[in-house]
Amino acid sequence: MTEPTRNSTALGLVGLYDDPDSLVQAAEQVRDAGFKHWDCHTPYPVHGLDDAMGLKPSPVPYVTITAGFIGLITALLLTGLLSAWHYPIRIGGKPLWSWQAFVPIYFELFVLFAALATMGSVIFFCRLGRWHSPLHDSGVMQAITCDRFAIVLESRDGAYSEPAARQLLEATGCQDIRPLVEHEEEDDGVI
Amino acid sequence: MSETRSVLSPASLFTTAVSARSIDDDVYRPAESFPTGRWWAAITVTSFMALIFAVSVGYTVVVGIGTWGNNVPVGWGWAIVNFVFWIGIGHAGTLISAILFLLRQRWRTGIARFAEAMTIFAVICALQFPLIHTGRPWLAMFWLIPYPNGQGIYQNFRSPLEWDVFAVSTYGLVSLLFWFTGLIPDLASARDRAKHGFRKFAYGLLSLGWNGSNRGWTHYEKAYLLFAGLSTPLVLSVHSIVSFDFAVAVMPGWHTTIFPPYFVAGAIFSGFAMVATLIIIMRKMFRLQHLITDNHLELMNKIIIVTSMMVGYAYAMEFFIAWYSGVAYERFVFLNRAMGPYAWAYWIMVFCNVVAPQLLWFKKIRRSVLLMYPVVLLVNVGMWFERFVIVVTSLHRDYLPSSWDYFKPTWVDAGLLIGSFGLFLTLMLLFCRFLPTIATAELKAVAPGAQPSHGGSHD
Repeated sequence: MTEPTRNSTALGLVGLYDDPDSLVQAAEQVRDAGFKHWDCHTPYPVHGLDDAMGLKPSPVPYVTITAGFIGLITALLLTGLLSAWHYPIRIGGKPLWSWQAFVPIYFELFVLFAALATMGSVIFFCRLGRWHSPLHDSGVMQAITCDRFAIVLESRDGAYSEPAARQLLEATGCQDIRPLVEHEEEDDGVI
Repeated sequence: MSETRSVLSPASLFTTAVSARSIDDDVYRPAESFPTGRWWAAITVTSFMALIFAVSVGYTVVVGIGTWGNNVPVGWGWAIVNFVFWIGIGHAGTLISAILFLLRQRWRTGIARFAEAMTIFAVICALQFPLIHTGRPWLAMFWLIPYPNGQGIYQNFRSPLEWDVFAVSTYGLVSLLFWFTGLIPDLASARDRAKHGFRKFAYGLLSLGWNGSNRGWTHYEKAYLLFAGLSTPLVLSVHSIVSFDFAVAVMPGWHTTIFPPYFVAGAIFSGFAMVATLIIIMRKMFRLQHLITDNHLELMNKIIIVTSMMVGYAYAMEFFIAWYSGVAYERFVFLNRAMGPYAWAYWIMVFCNVVAPQLLWFKKIRRSVLLMYPVVLLVNVGMWFERFVIVVTSLHRDYLPSSWDYFKPTWVDAGLLIGSFGLFLTLMLLFCRFLPTIATAELKAVAPGAQPSHGGSHD
């Protein structure tokens, strides 16, 4: 099933695991072996896997807070410039720049901008919007989004050689090692 | 870690043994099989109700809002009642998805997706009412949103109605983003399970190419947490700002400082009642009782009784403050509420919202679908009447007895209310049919044995 029958390029190896414990232990071993272009694929977030992979904390919060403050400044300018300068109307004897009355708008635009930026950074950092994945061609995606756990070692890594990578995966106790391939035909009905 | 069978232990979230595969099979089954006769019957009825909505809106637009029951003292009638009612319904979704997430309540995973969908559809229904109440909804963009325009005139940002524009539109949009973010991994599961070409294409397109990469999950989880953190103050702000529509007005019965927390508690109360009302039907229709268990219903019923006590307290406190303020108008409004021409509405409200939920003190009733169902239905009714009481009884006898009048709704009002239920239920049925009603990626993560047994003692 997973043998490259069509014109396909080998991109690395996929090791499949059946339980999260073996995955986390395997990830620690791959991390310590010094790989860079590798990843774990799981059906749901697995606790402790980030540490096992040696991942840095996500930068998403910085994007969110920056966008939030841009939203806040936008709201300050929007309400202040319009109410006090461009279109001043005296209402209820209040000062034109009655900032207290604009607080709800400051808050809402903070949240709105922060949320839009958070969504944008999910798409950017998770590299979404690339619909084609070699995992589909390798026939393992269905298992990954259901109940199995995968480690992918990519051949573009400097430390990669197929026998060594296979040996590393076997040493982690992996029972199911498959080639990572990419078919050349794009129109094979797989997204 | 001692594995007690508390509500926080993974085992108590399910009534049968589950595996990641069985969760997927059960949740995606409705989307992968031809709809049942019951589903067709239900959507036939609800789309007919939605048609009534379309007819009522059309009639309102063509003839004008004079077709409604609004009269001179009661300038705000059912339209604002329905608006506040629907916005309130949405609040349970955000509470479950955001606040219970921050509080690490794992039982939320079974019901969060469904409740969030409800939030979005409820906000859609709510938005219809202020738009058609403008009379000319095609001009509402110009009236509501500050954008550079040829006339050079702008909104009054000191008006609670303008705050509402920002609050409700932000709330709707952020809820949608939060919901969609949660859906991405599940849409990928749906894509990979799909056998039919078009289904694979549609779910694949919506999943944005999610591949379960852990380098992705680390950002995704952080973003999800941030969404929850942003949504938590947002949900509290939205109904507070809706309550400012009333509280900022110098109107006896409205001008009270208790309104923001009172409205928020009421919104959560009505929202949970609506979640319970619909999820009981949904889990039966799609055979998901082992994933949305009686434990979930019991916990929801506990929240319902807590918030029922909060609104009950607010009703009592409003009366006390009216007396304590010494303002004759304020005292009159409250006596008139309980004993005037609309006393029937007031006592329906008190019975449904304060008296009936007391049954939920009994564990047997909290855990029995048959016994709790009438209670949650009554809460839905009662919370609609709460908004009716606040709007209509405060307005119908204002400062001048010469302008007093009795508000009577017309068939157009009734058509809009029934029709908005049709719109809401039709959207819910379509959601249940085409999208995973339970967040499978989240549920798998809290299933027994889903997390590594060593180390990791997060939540």
